[in-house]
Amino acid sequence: MSVKLLLEGIDEPDLRTIAVYRRRGGYEQAPLALQTPRDVLVDELKKSGLRGRGGAGFSMGTKASFLPQGDMDKYLVCNADESEPGTFKDRELMFKNPHALIEGMIIAAYAAGANRSFIYIRGEYSEVADVLDAALLEARDAGVLGDLELHVHRGAGAYICGEETGLLDSLEGKRGNPRLKPPFPANQGLYQGPTLINNVETLMTVPYILRMGAEEYAKIGVANSSGTKVVSVSGNVQRPGNYEIELGVSSREIIYGLAGGPPEGRSVKFWFPGGSSSPVLTADDLDIPYDFDSLAKAKTMLGSGAIIVVDDSNSVVDVCLKLANFYRHESCGKCTPCREGTNWTVKMLERIRDGLATPMDLDIMASVQEQIIGHCLCVLGDAMAMPVGSMIDKFRDEFEQYMEDIRLSRLEPATGESATVFEGAHA
Amino acid sequence: MTLIPRDKPIPRTPVGAGGGHVAAGGGPHVGYSRVPGWDDATDLTKDPAGVPDLATTPVPDDLRAEIEAHIAKYPDVRSAAIPALAAVQRRYGWCTPEGVEQAAAVMRLTPAYLMAVATFYDMLETRPVGRNTVYVCTNISCSLLGADALLERVRGEVGEDPEFNVRGFECLGACDIAPMASVNGTYVGPIALDEVAELVGQVRAGDEPLPAKQLRKRPSTDSAGSQEPRR
Repeated sequence: MSVKLLLEGIDEPDLRTIAVYRRRGGYEQAPLALQTPRDVLVDELKKSGLRGRGGAGFSMGTKASFLPQGDMDKYLVCNADESEPGTFKDRELMFKNPHALIEGMIIAAYAAGANRSFIYIRGEYSEVADVLDAALLEARDAGVLGDLELHVHRGAGAYICGEETGLLDSLEGKRGNPRLKPPFPANQGLYQGPTLINNVETLMTVPYILRMGAEEYAKIGVANSSGTKVVSVSGNVQRPGNYEIELGVSSREIIYGLAGGPPEGRSVKFWFPGGSSSPVLTADDLDIPYDFDSLAKAKTMLGSGAIIVVDDSNSVVDVCLKLANFYRHESCGKCTPCREGTNWTVKMLERIRDGLATPMDLDIMASVQEQIIGHCLCVLGDAMAMPVGSMIDKFRDEFEQYMEDIRLSRLEPATGESATVFEGAHA
Repeated sequence: MTLIPRDKPIPRTPVGAGGGHVAAGGGPHVGYSRVPGWDDATDLTKDPAGVPDLATTPVPDDLRAEIEAHIAKYPDVRSAAIPALAAVQRRYGWCTPEGVEQAAAVMRLTPAYLMAVATFYDMLETRPVGRNTVYVCTNISCSLLGADALLERVRGEVGEDPEFNVRGFECLGACDIAPMASVNGTYVGPIALDEVAELVGQVRAGDEPLPAKQLRKRPSTDSAGSQEPRR
């Protein structure tokens, strides 16, 4: 029996009201935390080993300790933009248990010394934002916020605003273009003030950590990946949805045990372990333990914890093109390698789809990916380059077979012989 | 070596077909532009617009009150740009030049600043669109389960109805109910192809879209008792 924290009793009726949340022990930790000295609280968070649940997996306590001391406006921003394809955990968590997020933010803001805080929620989640607004009103009336200022800010549809500096620009009322780092947000973030940015799930875990004690929490999961994680499983599985797991369980257990595996008669072809930005793994990798370090060792990442399963009825070319098209659409255009690289990748994939490419194009495409990685202000370009690169790497045969099939289908039926010139192939 | 004659030209797929933004009305940039309107000509003889004067710009009282309430939440007035534009869009159906000017007057910003923001975000419309928004998610998880066919069916069912704004949209964060759509902000799914006519009919009649399929009524898959295959 695995441990359940965030999803425990999530479907309890009216959990989103403060009365029910309180009955379940809610808002007990926040007042206690506010009595604790800051550094003790930050140490507690560090000791819990909680790593950021949004994608980068950075230690939450360490990040909170980066904010400078001093008497200035400091900010806490909750990243509720959740736009990584395949991810839908924060949506369910906020929609069903908004007060846990608010309590987590009260504690995190105190630990980081922040006096103003915002929840940046993507505009598409208007139903969720309404729930948060109502919960916030209740919390304010009940006086649990203390002197923390907390507002819900709705975005308007842009993947890049999930990137922390893009999010800050968007929250400042600009186009959501990422900024150069350093300076990191902990030093100069929102309105040039010290800013702590955390994902919804990270912040929501904080009250649970304090309730059970950091040392107890650190025992859940495996070394260096402590705690539970809500994974969103989607794609070709029988029971898509959010599942809370202990970090370190085998990926097979999640995909087959919890989500039911692919439909009858089909098998896993490849899967994204951490959202569409993570390099893909194949059916051979299903026994990799699902935690930060094991996935990193497999040259991919846990990311936002979104598993997308693709079964053998799908062509890798289609998935790759879909993916690249998304990143092309969402590239903000600030950095050339990303803006042009995503565009060219789509063009090359379209040529493959239309039967105009040769295997040489795969090498060019792979080299384009290499030239994107690490050359931009943010990782949006990398987020396309890494999975596309991994698909070319792992499914090169299929790409080539795809081209060959189209070539053969174009052969003149009468001769059936060598006909290789692709008209317009290099137009 | 034989040169293969091609009987028909290679189809050029419009940018974003089945995913991205295809400009309404089929302007000259369809198929080539990543950002609709990027090649719209600017009137070079016109003076740049300054900050509109609130005294001479008629702003409806409730719109002004709403924008000012947003401004009050932030240390910097510009932070209210997205909420203000969303308010304009709710009132006028899209970010009309008049609406943007009104917001600019209240916020003491230039209309150009607000337009720069509006053009960045997918949900802010800078051209006239239908009142009913139907965003069909066409990202990976949804497309694996037939989102492209769903979008096509919705487009076919809606036809040329000017009251609709049907768009293929990037991941809406509801892959558990794939293929899905956000209908006037309400998440519904999984939508079967034969339910599309019913859905569009409900939107036309102003009813709740597919009440049984709404995300908000869906229990968590992680809780016990949900071990039955969904499909």
